Amino acid sequence: MAAATEALLAVEGLVKRFGGLTATDNVCLDIRKGEIHAIIGPNGAGKTTLVAQLAGEVAPNGGTIRFSGRDVTRLPVDARARLGIARSYQITSVFRAFTALDNVAMAVQATDGHSFRFWRAARNESALRDPARAILERVGLGARTDVRAVNLAHGEQRQLEIAMALATRPSLLLLDEPMAGMGKDESERMTRLLARLKGEETILLVEHDMDVVFALADRITVLVYGRVIASDVPEAIRANPEVRAAYLGEGDA
Amino acid sequence: MKLDRRTWFVILLLMALAALPLVATLAGQEFQIAQFRRILIFAIAAVSLDLILGYGGMVCFGHAAFFGVGAYVVAILNWHAGREVPLIGTWMGTNNVLVTWTAAVLVSGGAAFLIGLVSLRTTGIYFIMITLAFAQMIYFFFVSLRAYGGDDGLRFDGDTVAFGLIDTQDDAAFYYLVLAVLCGVLYAGRRMVNSRFGMVVQACRENERRMKALGFPTARYKLAAFAIAGATAGLAGALFAAHESYISPSIMHWTRSGDLIVMVVLGGMGTLFGPVVGALAFLFLEKTLPDYTEHWMVVFGPILLLLVLFARRGIFGWFLPKEERDGGSH
Repeated sequence: MAAATEALLAVEGLVKRFGGLTATDNVCLDIRKGEIHAIIGPNGAGKTTLVAQLAGEVAPNGGTIRFSGRDVTRLPVDARARLGIARSYQITSVFRAFTALDNVAMAVQATDGHSFRFWRAARNESALRDPARAILERVGLGARTDVRAVNLAHGEQRQLEIAMALATRPSLLLLDEPMAGMGKDESERMTRLLARLKGEETILLVEHDMDVVFALADRITVLVYGRVIASDVPEAIRANPEVRAAYLGEGDA
Repeated sequence: MKLDRRTWFVILLLMALAALPLVATLAGQEFQIAQFRRILIFAIAAVSLDLILGYGGMVCFGHAAFFGVGAYVVAILNWHAGREVPLIGTWMGTNNVLVTWTAAVLVSGGAAFLIGLVSLRTTGIYFIMITLAFAQMIYFFFVSLRAYGGDDGLRFDGDTVAFGLIDTQDDAAFYYLVLAVLCGVLYAGRRMVNSRFGMVVQACRENERRMKALGFPTARYKLAAFAIAGATAGLAGALFAAHESYISPSIMHWTRSGDLIVMVVLGGMGTLFGPVVGALAFLFLEKTLPDYTEHWMVVFGPILLLLVLFARRGIFGWFLPKEERDGGSH
């Protein structure tokens, strides 16, 4: 199968049940290298649950997840991260007491061998600090490196999330609602950031803002009640009557 | 070079501790030297607990067990050597401190490794309870160990010369050895918490889920920190055995683990030097408050409560720069 070999991430028949609720219902999904693949769907469609299974935080009841041709369905979170799957969280998840630079330096450290190094001051290591500074620059936080994460504005914390994910030099970025809770200006800044990443990174993007999704995504998968009802290029999704009926037409767009 | 309040405080306190034997001798109060030596030994144990409690967010409620294991290793080896009773095969144990103290560090570190292997699968209140449970198991193991005195404890003749240089029967010389070990532990601890390893441990305290998502196998780093803390507590225990020439299971009673936590919290969690201040303050109050009332805990409890409520970094927090005063978890 040609499609299977070119897919960076291939999900087949993924099922996750919580008691009587089927949060992920036989989901199949291909993410190709270099694309931005958006997942949309009404609240409660199981988008975050799906991301959690791809990242390894939630174990599926059935199905397989293959990454770079390798079955990772049973691998724990940290092992998948080391293979190149990075994620950001819907609810900001950073090291609050650390500065922005410390946060990103920690992510750089994650890819730089083991951390059983007990003597040298990590904050003086240019091998960690320089790449971290460059990435903060790249996401637009270059002037905020020494501010503690807890003191950053909400939008800046979201940018920091992306910076940490990028710092692990991943081959796949899972971004779970990067604009959650953002104001208009902050959203626009984030959209520009994602637009800059387009073509450089492979991104799975879960997002509610349809303008952003249709502007950025190469392909869109629509999830309703845990089931994929359509997966196609944006124009086809916009024209799909089933999607319109189930989702776009119902005022949520 | 301009020094901040914290550095001044550390320097002055260490100088005061260094001058103590001289002052005590001049004042004709030589017995104070041994008193303070005991305090410094507990300070080492408290600093080792701070590595996991303050920096790692691991509330270990059984730390006195590692202290006790270290002390018992030294006591048992010395006891065999003194009585010329074979310990293993024909080996009679030893009173060479290089061997006994090293053995104490290794055995207590090993015990911490094994206990951590199981305990660190849990977090929060479960971690507190499981470390307490393991510590109680060790406590009752030594209580029932008739061969080494059981409940009554074990008296032994220790080696009188440490490293061929320092006479442990000489109160002042042994005091300085303990002070040197404390300074060494503080320095090595300072290096460690700021190293890559230390940053990982602190980040795990802040947000372990995020650490896993970044690709860190967090369990092994936390376990290593736990074992290092246990080994260091064992070193303090070894010094304690040499200090007392007597050991009993009471030093690893669960209330002793509680005392160590109080020392860390009172002095300032996650500061390394704070627990030294905490040990001094706690053991001083424990000694003096009972002179006024036998219900001294009634006085001590509220003092501790006020500190926890209004000074999150304990006594040492007053000497920290403002941005570090409330640092750590929010």
